[in-house]
Amino acid sequence: MKRNILQAARVIRSKNSGPYELTLDIIFKNKRYYDLFQKRRIVTKKSVAALYQRPVRDILKLMYFEPAHALKITLRRPIPSGHPGESDIYGAQQHAPLLRITF
Amino acid sequence: MIPKQADKEFRVLSTTAILGYGFPEASFMAGMRRNPHLIAVDAGSTDPGPYYLGAGKSFTNRAGVKRDLRLMLREGVRRGIPVVIGSAGGSGARPHVDWCEEIIREIAREEKLHFKMAIVYADVDKKRIRAHLRKKEIKPLACVPPLTAEALDASVNLVAQMGIEPIQRALEAGCQVVLAGRCYDPAVFAALPIRLGFDKALALHMGKILECAAIAATPGSGADCALGTLTEDSFILEALNPKRKFTKTSTAAHTLYEKSDPYHLPGPGGAIDLTQCTFTELGGGRVEVKGSRYKATPTYFVKLEGVRPAGFRTISIAGTRDPIMIKGIDAILENVTAQVDEILKREKIGGRIHFHVYGKNGVMGALEPEKKTRAYELGIVIEAVAPTPDGADSLCSLTRSTLLHYGYPGRISTAGNLAFPFSPSDVRMGPVYEFSVYHLMPVADQAIFPMKIVRI
Repeated sequence: MKRNILQAARVIRSKNSGPYELTLDIIFKNKRYYDLFQKRRIVTKKSVAALYQRPVRDILKLMYFEPAHALKITLRRPIPSGHPGESDIYGAQQHAPLLRITF
Repeated sequence: MIPKQADKEFRVLSTTAILGYGFPEASFMAGMRRNPHLIAVDAGSTDPGPYYLGAGKSFTNRAGVKRDLRLMLREGVRRGIPVVIGSAGGSGARPHVDWCEEIIREIAREEKLHFKMAIVYADVDKKRIRAHLRKKEIKPLACVPPLTAEALDASVNLVAQMGIEPIQRALEAGCQVVLAGRCYDPAVFAALPIRLGFDKALALHMGKILECAAIAATPGSGADCALGTLTEDSFILEALNPKRKFTKTSTAAHTLYEKSDPYHLPGPGGAIDLTQCTFTELGGGRVEVKGSRYKATPTYFVKLEGVRPAGFRTISIAGTRDPIMIKGIDAILENVTAQVDEILKREKIGGRIHFHVYGKNGVMGALEPEKKTRAYELGIVIEAVAPTPDGADSLCSLTRSTLLHYGYPGRISTAGNLAFPFSPSDVRMGPVYEFSVYHLMPVADQAIFPMKIVRI
């Protein structure tokens, strides 16, 4: 049976990385989940692109960071922070689509 | 102010994540009892958006900044410990630095403090940038369009993030307090220990964590102090509030924060490389970090920041509770936009409107995967941006009245489509700015950051 990512992660967040990029962090509960996600490639640039309905080229980076048992994904912002029509100046509420990940 | 004799370790007290966010006096005094060699604080960020740099205003509250600075100056000056403030006023341009200088002078008068202060400015002359642009030496950061002469000409309050060198120069001049314009965040923490011979990579990496003060502890807080101790081959972090501690994971996780690559942290003149880093818990809520490395770049680059005016904004906040309207909201807003656009064209009024629809995609906009709202009520913020304040008012008013009385298919509530919580319904938001410069510029001479020394 598929389980939700909330079983494996203790932090799922988003934030600006400068005004033009958005960075997403998934911090796993322990090394076991971290290894599982990394080895099985449960999250890919392609799957993130689908969750956020962006072209794959807009998913700039997807990297694992062992010291924090974390997966980091950086996207191009559709609109830079604070430009007219933009909706999240700090980029701190763009993480929810990641909650759809199952494993 | 450079201490005559260097100790084997160097202790840095970081008071708060952003000057003005506050910190408990008890944590600060616990830090003072540890005899720090330096009290430093980062006051800035581009996070609150382009307005503050453009308008020359601080995003933090004056009373909050004054309260934080009063404690730091009173204790620092009385004990002869250098106090270094970076990215003054939030955005670190001339008006922000002037604003902070005035607060410092006020505190000094009230507390009867006298000291020598260096003010280091980060404003960059447009002519200098234009000269580099002509030589094709201005590089855009990731996702940023290349800089054009038009964008540069339209920009205001251009600043560059200074590195450690201008702060070191100010301390070498014997200044007790250094007030710096826009700074690379770690610079205020790392400049002095590096000058005393401590390892550059470790000092900058420690600064990278201390700039957020106790955010990297657990439970984290941007409004509490942290102490960093540099040794010959490591640095140690500790919280100064018994409620918090640094752990291996809290420290490592913080390295991810607001960065696109946690292993390589670029700054003025080079990058910190964390690929060989180890994080070890020492007990007592302390974490020791080792193995940070520094790689200088062949050319010394600084990051430029600038914004340009993008008109004036007027908004109106409203809500709807009508299920038929909610169901057809996309088509309704499209049709209202089309109607308004037609009038704009006819009347030759410039500007554009945008609807922020809370309960549908108000938070995520184009990134929202849910296409159909399940909400029983929607919040709608009408945003009108036009070349003049009056134009923005007209545009907002026209859009609001059109949406209020728009006759959509199946409409049964024919008295009005919107609930307004306020009278007046429309609010002027003032000038709008957008980021226009976020590029790297080569710097051959640190004199681009001019320094002024004042006696207070």
